[in-house]
Amino acid sequence: MSAHQCGCEGQVKQAQADEAEKYVKLAQIIDEYKGQRGVLIQALHKAQGVFGWLPEEVQIKVADGLDIPLAEVHGVATFYSFFHIIPRGEHTIRVCLGTACYVRGGKQVLEQFEKELKTKVRGTTEDRTFSLEINRCVGACGLAPVVTVGADIYRRVKLDKVPEIIAKYTGGK
Amino acid sequence: MEQVTLTIDGKEVSVPKGSTVLDASKAAGIGIPTLCHLENVHAIGACRICLVDVGARSLQTACTYPASEGMKVVTNNPRVRSARKTVVELMLSAHRQECTCCPRSLNCELQKVAKILGIQEHRFDGEMPEQILDTSSPSITRDSSKCILCRRCVTVCQQVQGVGALFPVDRGFETAIVPALKNDLIDVACVMCGQCVSVCPVGALYEKDSTDDVWKAIADPTKHVVVQTAPAVRAALGEEFGMPAGTRVTGQMVTALRQMGFDKVFDTDFTADLTILEEGNELLHRVKNGGTLPMITSCSPGWIKYIEHFYPTLLPHLSTCKSPQQMFGALAKTYYAEKAGIKPEDIFVVSIMPCTAKKYECQRTEMSAHPGIPDVDVVLTTRELGKMIREMGMDFANLPKGECDSPLGLSTGAAVIFGATGGVMEAALRTVYEVVTGETLDNVNFTAIRGLEGVKEATVKVGDLDVKVAIASGLSNAKKLMEKIKNGEADYHFIEIMCCPGGCLGGGGQPIPTTNEIRKARMGAIYEEDEHLTIRKSHENPAVLALYAEFLGEPLGHKSHELLHTHYTPRAKYPETDKEEVTTGGE
Repeated sequence: MSAHQCGCEGQVKQAQADEAEKYVKLAQIIDEYKGQRGVLIQALHKAQGVFGWLPEEVQIKVADGLDIPLAEVHGVATFYSFFHIIPRGEHTIRVCLGTACYVRGGKQVLEQFEKELKTKVRGTTEDRTFSLEINRCVGACGLAPVVTVGADIYRRVKLDKVPEIIAKYTGGK
Repeated sequence: MEQVTLTIDGKEVSVPKGSTVLDASKAAGIGIPTLCHLENVHAIGACRICLVDVGARSLQTACTYPASEGMKVVTNNPRVRSARKTVVELMLSAHRQECTCCPRSLNCELQKVAKILGIQEHRFDGEMPEQILDTSSPSITRDSSKCILCRRCVTVCQQVQGVGALFPVDRGFETAIVPALKNDLIDVACVMCGQCVSVCPVGALYEKDSTDDVWKAIADPTKHVVVQTAPAVRAALGEEFGMPAGTRVTGQMVTALRQMGFDKVFDTDFTADLTILEEGNELLHRVKNGGTLPMITSCSPGWIKYIEHFYPTLLPHLSTCKSPQQMFGALAKTYYAEKAGIKPEDIFVVSIMPCTAKKYECQRTEMSAHPGIPDVDVVLTTRELGKMIREMGMDFANLPKGECDSPLGLSTGAAVIFGATGGVMEAALRTVYEVVTGETLDNVNFTAIRGLEGVKEATVKVGDLDVKVAIASGLSNAKKLMEKIKNGEADYHFIEIMCCPGGCLGGGGQPIPTTNEIRKARMGAIYEEDEHLTIRKSHENPAVLALYAEFLGEPLGHKSHELLHTHYTPRAKYPETDKEEVTTGGE
């Protein structure tokens, strides 16, 4: 068989090297906390800083390194909404469901995003472009319902604006 | 000890400083209902049933609130009653209320509390959390639709057993108690001890029910159905029928089993004696020939699964002896089959065990003398036997006392004490001492190694040898000894480990509840039983001696190795993860 011509072999190798480097960093994080008590949340926080989310492999490494049952590590990772046990999308869409946004149609806007993105709240799209979250009041009730995408803010969002907002980040793909 | 004096419902009471309001109310003779509280194990104020008025702005949970000098507590006023009632009503609104067909019906703490609080209607009809029904384990079934999230199982599994198989995941209405990474129980490092079942206040955790299989076998005329009962069962079965803990019911149990239709009523105690001969000789062999020491007992299947998952490198320390249950099964389908002239495939072996892990043990593939035929067909817990006896409508307490059948029903006092922590060690010492020295023991009672303490140590002079022994019950205690061995700090010859606190008498298959008081009472019954037997040393069991003469030859002989000894399997501590299939689904 002839060697790969398309160059994807190099990409794969690079991805593997990146991944390996992340696990080296994880080992350093675990070493830092080893033998201490009450450090699980800090360790998970730093681990998520490296991986962007907390894959099962990472949860197992943390459990083993800190001598904490895996069930507990997983329990903590699922309890706090800022820990993610599924991969994150490139952009995070947050639909506000605070009282004002809720009565002004935030729930319907959220459902529209779910439909358009084919994912549920706390889910990530298959192409990992978007993660969908909810917000509990961003303190801009006069703009209700509010949607944020990363640092961008969208005010008084109507259902038909949803595809437009998505398109801005996909370049019309 | 410094005391504090407080008043509860106008009654003055003094308790040691550091006591909780719940402790103080008990001392004052005032009952406060609880659901999550577990004495000496678990007080986290999770269930909110024990709310009392301490004069503060909000009601406080008695199980966590410290009693202080001069405090005035009211446990029963309209505010308290209404709050408790609402808490239970909300609990019931998310609880699958199929009480009539629930395994815990009539022995359910939630049912009891609802009754005490006078709840007579469903005030809140709402959404139910998604049901997780996990029947993957041969020992334990989980049903989240009954769970009240009290977290007793979590604490027992993690703190008492050091296993940590269960933990709450997610939050709010979605909270559920699940094994690691939301796996099924069979796919994680669960030892199947059933301590979670034993503390569950409701029907969210229960043993896999096998009573129908046994009724079917009994009704099948082609099957010769024999039953064996573990030593700890006879010290607890009476509790299933309202008899006080610590009542010995060996005779009634034998009669009940016969009336149920078992063809032969045998006794696991017979193979407990046999275990002592095999294991005692194995120990002597290891000491003489430089084998792996300390040697550790292998009777407890929960303990075996624990060491396989958590300390696989220490497996060579385990005695190769099968547990008494499995030795019995192997002999029933070989020695007894030959003797009785019955084909092994027509013999159906039922075990009555204080244990849920035994249900798993009998399914291990290495536990069969004839390929494809398990040595033990079905394991029932003490509770399941209680259920079957109730189905028969027997007046259990007043049954005449029966005797076990020969030959697999003959046993000694040394075998009975297998049911208590330290018992296997004591039985072994009785035999090893006499075998090594050739002298008769003046006093067969090794009281130094009795009692509920988690870790016990002793040195016993046997001839020229100072035999150093250690005993642990409860896996968090076993863990302490394992760490010692791992770090090369254990100079013991022999270690006995029982998975459950107190030994089998506190097993996960025993009547619910099991408290320390109840453990003590059952332990008393076991030693009483030993005192009452004329033969109290395993090597003097005439049926065991006949078994060697007629069939096995000698301890550790060829046949013994084939039928009575086994091997162990290192197991993973963590479940498999599927790296490729990452869900992105969200809620």
